[in-house]
Amino acid sequence: MTALTQPIALSRDSGAARTAPSKGADRLFQGAAYASALLVLLVLAGILGSIIYGARSAFAEFGFGFLTSSSWNIATEQFGALPAVIGTVAAAFLALIIGVPISLGIAVYLTQLCPGWARKPVAMTIELLASVPSIIYGMWGLFVFAPLFARFVQVPVSNLVEGLPIVGTILYARIPSGVGVLTAGIILAIMIVPFVASITRDMLDQIPTVLRESAYGIGCTTWEVVRHVLVPQASISIIGAIMLGLGRALGETMAVTFVIGNANRLSASIFDPGSTIASRIANEFNEADGLQLSSLMALGCLLFIITFFVLIIARLLVRRAKVA
Amino acid sequence: MDASNPLAAPGRPLTASRVRPSRRVADRILVLASTAATALGIVVLGSILLMLIVEGVKGLTPELLTAPTPGPGSVGGGIANAILGSLVMTFIGIVIATPIGLMAGTFLAEYGRGSKLADIIRFLNDILLSAPSILIGLFVYTMMVRPMGTYSGWAGAVALAIIATPVIVRTTEDMLSLVPSPMREAGAALGAPRSLVIRTITWRAASAGVVTGIILALARIAGETAPLLFTALNNNSWFNANLLGGVPNLPVMIYQFALSPYPNWQSLAWSGALLITVTILTLSVVARLVIKDQRAR
Repeated sequence: MTALTQPIALSRDSGAARTAPSKGADRLFQGAAYASALLVLLVLAGILGSIIYGARSAFAEFGFGFLTSSSWNIATEQFGALPAVIGTVAAAFLALIIGVPISLGIAVYLTQLCPGWARKPVAMTIELLASVPSIIYGMWGLFVFAPLFARFVQVPVSNLVEGLPIVGTILYARIPSGVGVLTAGIILAIMIVPFVASITRDMLDQIPTVLRESAYGIGCTTWEVVRHVLVPQASISIIGAIMLGLGRALGETMAVTFVIGNANRLSASIFDPGSTIASRIANEFNEADGLQLSSLMALGCLLFIITFFVLIIARLLVRRAKVA
Repeated sequence: MDASNPLAAPGRPLTASRVRPSRRVADRILVLASTAATALGIVVLGSILLMLIVEGVKGLTPELLTAPTPGPGSVGGGIANAILGSLVMTFIGIVIATPIGLMAGTFLAEYGRGSKLADIIRFLNDILLSAPSILIGLFVYTMMVRPMGTYSGWAGAVALAIIATPVIVRTTEDMLSLVPSPMREAGAALGAPRSLVIRTITWRAASAGVVTGIILALARIAGETAPLLFTALNNNSWFNANLLGGVPNLPVMIYQFALSPYPNWQSLAWSGALLITVTILTLSVVARLVIKDQRAR
């Protein structure tokens, strides 16, 4: 680091840079830039390679059955990915259902409704939500949100739907402890909101003001401007932003580990505890060995495939989203 | 209602009198819903901060910063070892990530501009930017912890560096791309070789933005827990200077202590959580102020 920034400091202070670097040094600099860029490629390939390598014995043992089996028995060494995959997809899907309308609302508020003086502080507050570490969301979810959720949502809803067909299964909490797949979905929703909102806001801001003004000029209400002018203009980018949020929700680990309840079986109720791929890995990896370790790696491999597929689509739709 | 008769109230603004009720209701709902969504976001952030302050402040004693983490079920103790371990690993991570990220960003913005290879790398870097951090933990576990036979602070630092690098690459490239080309051309016209133009003109013009990227990366990795679980693990004593074996660190300490049954450990976890969140939020605010400063110039 010092070696790299020193020339800047020197040239700023004195005329030290007046002697041009030799051709060799120039080449060396270019080579270093090239090598660093290639390293990014190498790391991504390395992640995939190392996980496949670690998972090879699980894939060899279980084959495609790994995807469809729902057993996770350490004693008999029978491992299947189904509960974790379903848990991952369910929690992320719930996060989208809850988080996307909120994100769009925030983006509309910030671009259309917010008074000028409040725009920057409000936008900053929303963006700060993105920098809160996920473990803090986990603690908030477990110690603040879950008790409230159990008392004011799980218990009344369970009493209400008990005995009814379908909803009586999906929305029934056997033990209303506050943790479960839906709680994880809600916490994930809160975590993806700042990302989706800030990308959407940027996209809405990029739409030429003329379009908006002419719509207002012919007498449109704010809702009509949003619905018929802004959303159609930015729809592809908004879908991209949502996919980016989905990518984040799928791979989120710590917050989910705190609130999903970490149950290894499948349950039809979204109030019941479950597990995701990431939470399963976080919980078991350090005590795992042999085939279990390999199965966890295989789960990681599935997560890699799912998230990278989603992220590739997202990045194709939103060419340049911001970093944070 | 006024709306049924547009001529009823000639003096009032058009929006109030001439808009069909269904249109007005839709509009009101949008305004209410989006205001409520924004308020919800602010309330959640406030609630998180309030929780951390209520639970964390009472543990803020001098001992917290001087004593190492205590054993299970004991009283007293602090989190000094975890803070130090986190600082060391974050520092090493940033030291590894900064030159690589800076050079890779420079390649994308300068040498590779418009080339196919740069397009691919830029795309994959953006994907790496949002890749699940637990996968990076698995990668470093396979590459370093397994072969070395022990958890180590080095593995933790490398995992953090892998998370920090794409952030630095991205901001460096963005900031370098903002530098107007005539400045580079002016340098080249004076006979300066390309590396000199980059170092003394483009880097200098973009320096504040590049520093912001590094601060953002720092804020990103300071609270990362998942990749440290399988690389640095955690430890309840002071760590060795060679960083081998489990190295105590704040995020994993918070994770283990918060879920433990011991009130003393839980209290330490809350204090640690308060410290780490305040640090990270401060870093993010500083980074954003620097960016604003840069754009204003």
